[in-house]
Amino acid sequence: MEKTKGSIKERLLGYSLYFILLVILIVTVVLEPKFISVRNLTNILQMASTRSIIAMGIAGLIIINGTDLSAGRVIGCCSAVSAALLQSRTYQSRMFQDLGELPLAAGWLASVAVAVLFAAVIGFCVAYLHMHAFIASLGMQLAAYGLLCLFMDSNGNDGQPLSNLDARYDSFVKGAVSIGGVRIPYLIFYMIIAGVIMWVIWNKTVLGKNMYAIGGNMEAAMVSGIPVNRYIMLIFVLSGICVGTGAFLECSRVGTVTANTGLNYEFDAISGCVIGGVSFAGGVGTIPGVIMGVIILQTINYCLYFLGVSSYYQYIARGLIIIIAVAIDVRKYVRKK
Amino acid sequence: MSDVFLLEMLDIEKSFSGVKALDRVTLKVRPRTVHALMGENGAGKSTLMKCLFGLYRKDSGIIKIDGEEIAYTDPKDALVHGVSMVHQELNQVLRRNVMENIWLGRFPQKGGLVDHKKMYRDTKELLERLHIEIDPGEELAGISVSKRQMIEIAKAVSYNVRVLVLDEPTSSLSSEECEKLFAVMELLKKQGVGIIYISHKMDEILRISDEVTIMRDGKNVMSKSTQELTTDEIIKSMVGRELTNRYPPREHQVSEEVLLKVEHMTGLYEPACQDVSFELHKGEILGISGLVGSRRTELLETIFGIAQCKTGRLCKNGKEIRNRNSRDALRNGFAFVTEERRATGIFPQADIRFNTTIVNIRKYRRGPFLSDQKMRIDTQKMIDALATKTPDQKTRIQYLSGGNQQKVIIARWLLANPDILLLDEPTRGIDVGAKYEIYQLILNLAKEGKGVLFVSSEMPELLGLCDRILVMSNGRQSGILEGAELDEKSIMRLSVKYV
Repeated sequence: MEKTKGSIKERLLGYSLYFILLVILIVTVVLEPKFISVRNLTNILQMASTRSIIAMGIAGLIIINGTDLSAGRVIGCCSAVSAALLQSRTYQSRMFQDLGELPLAAGWLASVAVAVLFAAVIGFCVAYLHMHAFIASLGMQLAAYGLLCLFMDSNGNDGQPLSNLDARYDSFVKGAVSIGGVRIPYLIFYMIIAGVIMWVIWNKTVLGKNMYAIGGNMEAAMVSGIPVNRYIMLIFVLSGICVGTGAFLECSRVGTVTANTGLNYEFDAISGCVIGGVSFAGGVGTIPGVIMGVIILQTINYCLYFLGVSSYYQYIARGLIIIIAVAIDVRKYVRKK
Repeated sequence: MSDVFLLEMLDIEKSFSGVKALDRVTLKVRPRTVHALMGENGAGKSTLMKCLFGLYRKDSGIIKIDGEEIAYTDPKDALVHGVSMVHQELNQVLRRNVMENIWLGRFPQKGGLVDHKKMYRDTKELLERLHIEIDPGEELAGISVSKRQMIEIAKAVSYNVRVLVLDEPTSSLSSEECEKLFAVMELLKKQGVGIIYISHKMDEILRISDEVTIMRDGKNVMSKSTQELTTDEIIKSMVGRELTNRYPPREHQVSEEVLLKVEHMTGLYEPACQDVSFELHKGEILGISGLVGSRRTELLETIFGIAQCKTGRLCKNGKEIRNRNSRDALRNGFAFVTEERRATGIFPQADIRFNTTIVNIRKYRRGPFLSDQKMRIDTQKMIDALATKTPDQKTRIQYLSGGNQQKVIIARWLLANPDILLLDEPTRGIDVGAKYEIYQLILNLAKEGKGVLFVSSEMPELLGLCDRILVMSNGRQSGILEGAELDEKSIMRLSVKYV
């Protein structure tokens, strides 16, 4: 098979998302010249950080031709659990009044455990019951929301938002270092660390190689003796770890957990993946791509927000962006005749 | 030849929901030999192989390697024991590189990470040992089918293969590429490997195999040394009847009238045909020959309007027509039986009736609904006319043998009552008996005054059937042969003209 070189039109189309990004940036800068500042840049990166950690998990699922529509609600559950465990001890209406001071890691582990549990159930449905990830995770989305509401109502909390988080938790997530007068949030470093770890897993381990193989040609993976089901399961668990970690950070970044926390996060994650070149055809995608995709998406969101565009229009914009991204992705893999 | 057997499959039995697929089948392979396994489609060859790999659980019987009984339950077991198979449809991960495909499922590791250096080194060594010139780091999507086949064989060898099964390995290779494959097989034989070779091509079997086992209807028919066999004898045992002539008699008359005129046809997207012009007469079978990759399929696709053309004119019966898409083509009286039956022909989960009527489904409307009765009548008519072997119309097409599937697809197009038929490798992967019936069908169509464009990689069948043969070379038309010029040498000469 020869590789066909796209016409100029095709190539322009391939970059159309970057054009959209550029146009939005230019419009923003023209209307609000104040936009150009280091602070806005670090803000965007900070917002992208938690989302990209979540997206890296879901990207693995898309590579094996799966997806996770439940991630948003699961993030809600994870956040609620880690917030409840790490509320400030001086706060009068804590959820667990008798709870002693827990290490931060306890909150993180609890969050990851919750996410892995959900992911494992979906993974089981996909790997062993041969369900489509779409429907398995769609079901889980609803179930997770129910569980989240139950949790928020439990222990006399009565659905009140969970807030007043432990000061250590606050500073761990919202803290920053100052390098040459520039304030760089810790979150950006967490994103980089997570990115490096995930890059190694994807490119240097058997798990990563098998992930690409299963996504690229499941049949080939099977006849090569790869225990496909087990690896599908593992990719879901890995996704759970990412989602749980992202949720743990996002919880404190936002500061308050309600029953609506996490809503539509799966959407941002999936959009980020697709914009970053993770193909729904399976078997294709890179970690730097995912991170870039999420950053592009956050930049567009941030610009719209900065310009004071109503959130209704923001929804429309986000919806259109994912459709355009997928349309471009599909074109790449359709053989031209 | 040694008297010791490397692999023995004794009295293997296997039934699927009461239907006996294998009835006490025995296959014995000696080391350092090529053992051809032959039989019509549906004779049970693949079922037997699947039992060998533990993909199917045999009902009874014994499998021995080196005299020791074995029982695999998954393909990995088989691989570890040196039994491996190169499937007809290559199972590869196209977006990954050569070495990752070879070591899939058992990457070398160092400290928990994949050891890329070792993998590269080992792959290079392996490929050199087999005289295959490919860079281990190359992505598979950019490599030709024949080379990818070699990579599959290299993969099998890397498992320290003892018994290698090759399932129709040459069906998509040019003759030059076949030679390379045979050289590698020779090499493996010397290393003590026993090769089970599944193929429909007689000349190949006679040339490279040492022994032949023939199966029919799930039973052994015979096992013999190849030297004692002739093509006719093999065919006779395969089909269970005498086939005195491999091609039906030609009784059609080519009319003077030009049915289709193709002028300067050039495709828009690569790979594309370049500047092809010819005339097709009424009642003519025009063969299209060429090596793999000579873009014969692309030519048909461009004529049919599935592939866009850059330049070119089509005239039917003297009037200019345009096929911008398949609907146009259908309306203009074209029919197209595609090359890859499984990928682009059948709807595997649907029944015979659906598969027969789908192209003309609009014809069966009665008010806003479809008339089952009309569809049933037409389907039955075609089943009878083409002698399709099927329990009934409601059988899913995937359960039919390749030849019968092909008949259903041809029936589908005949119902549209086309004037011009484009047939792309209509006999690929079909057994001898069914091939004969397909040939008869094609000749009958010509007799009715239809025009047939017949693409095939098998030169004998082109020579046996066609009135003229257009030869393609690297996308271009390198000549049209007719009359006394029609022979294999001239075709080969033209095939390589622009390579």
